Amino acid sequence: MDILELKAREIRHKIINKEISARDVVDAYIEHIEYVDNDINAYITVDKEGARAQADKIDEKLANGEPLGRLVGIPIAIKDNIVTKDMKTTCGSKMLENYMSPFDATVVEIIKKEDGIIIGKTNMDEFAMGSSTEKSYFGPTKNPLDLNRVPGGSSGGSAAAVASKQAAIALGSDSGGSVRQPASFCGLVGLKASYGRISRYGLIALANTLDTIGILAKDTEDAAFMLSVLAGYDEKDPTTVDMPLELDNLDMDLKDVKVGIPKELFELEMEDIVRENIEKIIQLIKDKGGRVEELSLPNLKYAYESYLILLSAEASGNLARYDGLRYGHRAKEYKSLDELYIKSRTEAFGDEVKRRIMLGTHVLREGNREEYYLQALKVRSLIIKDFEEAFKKVDLLISPTSPSLPFNLASKVKNPKEMYEADLFTVPVNLAGLTAISVPLYNDITLPIGLQIIGDKFREEDVLKFGLAIERLVK
Amino acid sequence: MSYKTIVGLEIHVELMTKTKIFCNCANEFGGEANSHCCPVCLGLPGAIPRLNKRVLEYAIKAGIAFNSDISKFIKMDRKNYFYADLVKGYQTSQDDTPICSGGYIELELDEGVKKIGLNRIHIEEDTGKSVHTEDETLLDYNRAGVPLIEIVTKPEINSGEEARVFLERLKATLEYIEVSDCKMEEGSLRCDVNVNVVDRETGQKTNITEIKNLNSFRSVARAIDYEVDRHIDLLKKGQNTEKETRRWDEVNGETVVMREKGDASDYRYALEGDIPPFTLDDAFIEEIRKSMPELPHEKKARFMDQYDLNDYDAGVLTATRDLANFYEETVKYIDDAKLVSNWIMGDVLRGLKDEDLEIDSLKFDAKALADLLTLVKEDKINNNTAKKVLREMFETGKDPNSIVKERGLIQISDEGALEGIVEEVLAENEQSIIDYKNGKDRALGFLVGQVMKKTRGKANPQLVNKLILEKINNM
Repeated sequence: MDILELKAREIRHKIINKEISARDVVDAYIEHIEYVDNDINAYITVDKEGARAQADKIDEKLANGEPLGRLVGIPIAIKDNIVTKDMKTTCGSKMLENYMSPFDATVVEIIKKEDGIIIGKTNMDEFAMGSSTEKSYFGPTKNPLDLNRVPGGSSGGSAAAVASKQAAIALGSDSGGSVRQPASFCGLVGLKASYGRISRYGLIALANTLDTIGILAKDTEDAAFMLSVLAGYDEKDPTTVDMPLELDNLDMDLKDVKVGIPKELFELEMEDIVRENIEKIIQLIKDKGGRVEELSLPNLKYAYESYLILLSAEASGNLARYDGLRYGHRAKEYKSLDELYIKSRTEAFGDEVKRRIMLGTHVLREGNREEYYLQALKVRSLIIKDFEEAFKKVDLLISPTSPSLPFNLASKVKNPKEMYEADLFTVPVNLAGLTAISVPLYNDITLPIGLQIIGDKFREEDVLKFGLAIERLVK
Repeated sequence: MSYKTIVGLEIHVELMTKTKIFCNCANEFGGEANSHCCPVCLGLPGAIPRLNKRVLEYAIKAGIAFNSDISKFIKMDRKNYFYADLVKGYQTSQDDTPICSGGYIELELDEGVKKIGLNRIHIEEDTGKSVHTEDETLLDYNRAGVPLIEIVTKPEINSGEEARVFLERLKATLEYIEVSDCKMEEGSLRCDVNVNVVDRETGQKTNITEIKNLNSFRSVARAIDYEVDRHIDLLKKGQNTEKETRRWDEVNGETVVMREKGDASDYRYALEGDIPPFTLDDAFIEEIRKSMPELPHEKKARFMDQYDLNDYDAGVLTATRDLANFYEETVKYIDDAKLVSNWIMGDVLRGLKDEDLEIDSLKFDAKALADLLTLVKEDKINNNTAKKVLREMFETGKDPNSIVKERGLIQISDEGALEGIVEEVLAENEQSIIDYKNGKDRALGFLVGQVMKKTRGKANPQLVNKLILEKINNM
């Protein structure tokens, strides 16, 4: 048996049945990480000792017949913008190069409590700003399917870790597509939960109204399994809610589902191969008796600009706390408080971070605020209404996750606008706080294409069921 | 020439909730530096604020007390600026949707009642404190996240004295409704002043000066008077003031330039994404309305009615909640509202003033005062004796009955006991009897005094008076 091939839920099962030990699992993963990660650079930090200690603890519990948690022995990678007490949390930035959080994120607490094994912290675009994981202070992550290509981003480290079998499952964050797009690029399932489904406490904020924690998994059932453990109200994050989540049976007959094709998304530019494959899957769904209809969400045309304005505005505020005073990078020499701020931030933030801070500052300035920020908030309400209308007519919406195949390393870093366009299909979901999943559609050139399935808020079971049906259909 | 003074105030009041506005840290003044802090009030990466319901309740109480409109819609905003005492690079406050709008406070001035309008009351978090030593600045974040309300008046105050009376009224009310202790010396009430003057004839206005660093209501009045003179002098010289912020220098009794306002700050207000806007239930506000304690003016009206007090006395007795409570408590034990009011307005307040004490630091309670006044009322001691006993109560806190007993001060109201002494005195002072009979009324006072002297003040003077007259008339 190859441990690295096991799905997350299978690892748990095999440990509980004593077919393998937790230590076996961790040793196999660490050996593999040591072997491959020099080439891939999925991890910023790997906690070998911590992972081994946790594995031994689990094996001991098992030997003593003590009750075990739901994530027993599963090696989990965590994006480096989710805080951990035991490992530094860098956000892929020089600013937090050595930052140790005094507390664990709620999801980390849950994983520990449920006997999961946090094996390391993964690379990411600095402060989650990017779509290729090339904007990390710790160097780019490479796509395990083709080392000349990017893994997507900003959760590219988490995606690459799972795709290269350096973790059984991983957590990322998704504020505009940062889980779904890397899932698409690395041939994984990427689940973005509804805003409020998984606690954000301990997720370092990029844009508070858009940020969600997401799951990168080998298949839909693993994603569903992880979601069932992480979901729920957390008093530390008042934006969470306890909404019903029924994931025990994910079987679905495609005949029972009504799928919408948002006209505005299909009018966007996309690579021919993407369009062909998406059209092929739509035909397949129809062939299986699924009802598919085109519909219009007119305000999606303005989604991207609104998203960029709101994200930048919120980010410029969120990143103001990194001033070099209490933690994080501080310039060595300064003559005044202002100089301390300016030098520390100039030295420690990368270009993309600076660009978005400037953009966010610009759209909030007096004289611009009305025209940009407040206008974007209005558009956001309209987009939410468009989705509400759409979900009165259909159960789900589908589109490509990304307009392109994984692109080559360094091919877009010089052109921010082109890079931003990688998120065109994913950002509307964040604006409306919905749930969505990206499932891989394989094609004849071996690089994966992701199908995005969008569900209504708190309808994770719908997207997971449909995702599983697609998975079965394409295999 | 005549000038009109125009003053508006901005008052920050710390609310005395048990915990801070967004976390469970204790809201206490002082304490070891940085000991009342947690990831939330320190704004650490990944922390999420939770709005304290009590803060809404207290702010609404203040709004009700000041006749404001209460907004059911609650939205928090970020006010962006950099400063060392500001942990997040923004202060979470309210921009365009203050919890309370409008309202007024009525002032009783010599020339009559005047209403001072309020613009708004909003809630926000306090910042930390910079502690400057000779060669470094230290930061204490215990105060970071302490809840504040900011009360902004309309520019309807027309003198330093009016500002002082306004602040007294404001403080009394906030203390009455128990939302703040309003201690300017501890910074739980802070006041900034905006002042300018208008030439009544030409209509020419000076530019508004903002005054900060005001440490007492008296400084507020003095600073306004100083500024008004400065503004008028400049106008007379054909000049104008600068639009600037000045600092009050208490020692030299003058204002000095702190910073020029040329480049007005742009706070780039943005929504606080971690606290999604919400709407309060009517029931929540109604509950607060129902539980509102009696306000100063209501209490005053009731005192006039219930205890038959005149306007002035009722005003004095209800000036603070503690004094009013002390009065009512005393009246509970002795059913003579007028007697109690005379004594509290007289000797009790005088005693407090002499020793520079507040009513709550008295060594005796209302029951003790009532006991003392009962002795007076039952003619067991006379007024002069009672004053002496009260002084001893101020010093030792002993109960009046014990004092009277220990010192043998019980008034002699027994005719039989006094008769002998009266006869003795008359026998010794024949000349006075003749004088009295010749129409010199003063002689009677002398005779009474002699009896009092022989009884060491214990005789009931009215009774002595009566007995002497009877004897003389029978002679």
